Amino acid sequence: MEFILSILIGVLFTAAVYLILSRSLLKVILGTGLLSHGAHLLILTMGGLGGSAPPVLIDGITDFADPLPQALILTAIVISFGVTAVILVMAYRMYAVHQTDNMNELRGNDEHD
Amino acid sequence: MEFVLLIFLPVIFALFVPLAYKRIKGIHTGWFVLLVPLVLFGYYAGFLPLVMDGGHAISELQWIPSLGIVFTSYIDGLSLLFTLLITGIGSLVVLYSVFYMDSKKENLGSFYVYLLIFMTAMLGVVQSDNTMTLYLFWELTSISSFLLIGFWYTKDKSRFGALKSMMITVFGGLMMLGGFILLNIMGGTFSIRELIAQAPELANQPYFMLALVLILLGAFTKSAQFPFYIWLPDAMEAPTPVSAYLHSATMVKAGIYLVARFTPIFGSSSVWIWLVTGIGLLTLFWGSFFAVKQTDLKAILAFSTVSQLGLIMSLLGAGAISYHTTAAIFSFATYAAIFHLINHATFKGGLFMIAGIIDHETGTRDIRKLGGLMSIMPISFTVALIGSLSMAGLPPFNGFLSKEMFLESMAALQHFELYNFDTWGILFPIVAWIASVFTFTYSLYFVLKTFIGQKKFEQLPKQPHEAPIGMLAAPMILASLVIIIFFIPNLVGKWIIKPAVMAVQPTLYASPSAVDIHVKAWHGFGSVGLWLTVGVIVFGTLLYLTIPKWQPFYRIQPDRLSLNAGYDALMRGSERGMNRVSRLYMTGKIRTYLLYMFAFLSVSIIAVLFIKDAFIVDMNSFAAITLYGVLNGLVLLLSVGFVVFAKSRLAAIIALGGVGYSVALFFVIFKAPDLALTQLVIETVSVALFLLAFKHLPALQTHGETASHKVVNLIVSLSVGVMVTLVALSSHSQKLIPSISQYYKDTVATEAGGGNIVNVILVDYRGFDTLFEIAVLAIAGIAVLGMIRLRVSRKEPTDENK
Repeated sequence: MEFILSILIGVLFTAAVYLILSRSLLKVILGTGLLSHGAHLLILTMGGLGGSAPPVLIDGITDFADPLPQALILTAIVISFGVTAVILVMAYRMYAVHQTDNMNELRGNDEHD
Repeated sequence: MEFVLLIFLPVIFALFVPLAYKRIKGIHTGWFVLLVPLVLFGYYAGFLPLVMDGGHAISELQWIPSLGIVFTSYIDGLSLLFTLLITGIGSLVVLYSVFYMDSKKENLGSFYVYLLIFMTAMLGVVQSDNTMTLYLFWELTSISSFLLIGFWYTKDKSRFGALKSMMITVFGGLMMLGGFILLNIMGGTFSIRELIAQAPELANQPYFMLALVLILLGAFTKSAQFPFYIWLPDAMEAPTPVSAYLHSATMVKAGIYLVARFTPIFGSSSVWIWLVTGIGLLTLFWGSFFAVKQTDLKAILAFSTVSQLGLIMSLLGAGAISYHTTAAIFSFATYAAIFHLINHATFKGGLFMIAGIIDHETGTRDIRKLGGLMSIMPISFTVALIGSLSMAGLPPFNGFLSKEMFLESMAALQHFELYNFDTWGILFPIVAWIASVFTFTYSLYFVLKTFIGQKKFEQLPKQPHEAPIGMLAAPMILASLVIIIFFIPNLVGKWIIKPAVMAVQPTLYASPSAVDIHVKAWHGFGSVGLWLTVGVIVFGTLLYLTIPKWQPFYRIQPDRLSLNAGYDALMRGSERGMNRVSRLYMTGKIRTYLLYMFAFLSVSIIAVLFIKDAFIVDMNSFAAITLYGVLNGLVLLLSVGFVVFAKSRLAAIIALGGVGYSVALFFVIFKAPDLALTQLVIETVSVALFLLAFKHLPALQTHGETASHKVVNLIVSLSVGVMVTLVALSSHSQKLIPSISQYYKDTVATEAGGGNIVNVILVDYRGFDTLFEIAVLAIAGIAVLGMIRLRVSRKEPTDENK
């Protein structure tokens, strides 16, 4: 299973990086979304996909899934949500002010060269 | 008393100079400053009897004991000679500057502060026995010289000259530091005396040659040797007392001092002999040849200084031969070098002061406008004539003695049968002799064109008249020294030169009196020097008389092929080249930078994986493949494809939602209920947020991305994906230590009293993570609110941006 997941994560990263390298601001944000999904799955996979029960104490069951990666991912999900929200609003404001979503045109002032 | 503290006397006194300058307006500040070099000269002269007997004095002040860095004042023959030069000429220069620098027009406070800093730096250079403090003072001379050259900082030329000298001397200084560090690595000490004691062992060390070349670079840049002499003529923009002091008598001799001081360590090497002698002679010839080209009085003197420094340098190189042969003539060369060093300081200091006086009294230093000043400025003329004839090497002036010794040493070089000297050695006396002819010519050129000939007073900015006696006092003292030394050369030799020679070649002599040299003005008709001197006078006079005929030949050399043009091209070129390079890779586009980062990351990690043989896949540790897992994987793949290839933004957002939900399904499949729950909720909220924001954003556009761009993007993103997959597989296959999670599983009920292990980890075992994750959310909320609510209009460009 880890083999399949590793390839899926690779695909997610490829797609994410491809989108991030594009010129459209929207695609860049979509790319960051894919990137965080890939990272979360990566953490989960690295913890090991074995384990026959969720990590909740129930009498008689000892083969839990690893709880630590799950806790880490939970934190990461919330943080990436916060960051995504900020980026979205930032993109919205940027478009409102500069009237463009072309990354090539968002280059700062020439005076600072 | 610890006399090492005296090194710092000038710089401490400098603290009070601005006070005196501000408070006491009636008296020229220079009079107070004059006390310092006079007191120091008197004090250090007291060491003469000690040093004459071959003794030395040392005083130490710990600075960084753990690194072995100590301020030392080590007085032996060589450092005492330089110390007396620095303080003696220093007194005369301060006296001269009192009359030269106008207390109403010039900022004397800064002038004397810089000058005193320089004096401390110079004393430190010549008295330091510790290479690190020697380097410290060495750079301090560069900095104070920079400040003094740029003293009239409103003039472009002053700033240019100051920068040029700074760049070149600091370059050399840094090279020298490298040499000192190598010496420390080889010898294990910073102390020069201890290094000299280990000299025979050092010569076999691997870094020996590198240290030699680096230290010589330091000496050659400071002492204006070929091809680094180019800063010296530009340094003539400094006030004349500065030129007289720094750029003829003291600072430019720091390199000479360095070579002399390190001769006991490096002198036995043939590279040292060849480099020091060869570069010295080349500089001597080059400087004397181009001096006749100059039209500015100070430029003539600058080139002449360059050439005389080359002369002293070549003599020091020839002196090092005495390590290989017992022929007395080569220890004679060291004696001649030090003798000429003293002579040069006396006559060149005087000549600079005269050039300053001419500038002061006529308003110009251009030799084409001057002439016939003899009758108007008789005292200046006399002093200038004495200085020039001494420089030319005529009796009865001290330059004659040392020049004759120089010619004899050079003539002896061809008889030295080591390192190819017997084949090439004949060149040395020839080059030296031609250079002496040019020296004779420019000496006459300097003094005669200025003082004799046509009177062209109507061209002068000022009506010329004789300088005040105060201004003439210092050059007159120097000129009388020029004559006195001619008549008592052996007294000077006994008191100063022999102890110095012993310091340069400590292994050869037991005491200064063992240096068996007696200087005579007359060697009889059989001596080589006499006939060479006669030849110099004859040909030099001929050359001088025909100057108008051959001076135009200098114009054959185009300006752009000169060394100065080379320096300018280097400075401009490096600035432009660096600018071009940084513009090449700093495009300002985020895509470019991301490409660098991603490409570097993936390539380096993949390379490390395979170079270190770290890529191992261990299928046994993997969990079994399940049907649900495979199906969900296919859903995920499809959604990712939709996100990437969607033509409309709505489709892309929904496909992104699909990715999120299938990730949540993976969480369900892999037994992570809390994650699945959170992921579902957050994905829903995110999609809503995306839809909300995208309503205000434009439709998906390609913005004219070309196919080649896309191919590059694809290659880089594929390599990142492959990198992640490879790292994931191999790291999962090589777990070195068991997970810590067993501890959580065992203690979650007993220690924390909970059943849901993930939740207990979040709020109990690792509660801090959660606290700051909450903080992140709060900050994100505030940021979102702020960005939506704040309506700051675009500001007009401020002045800063214009």
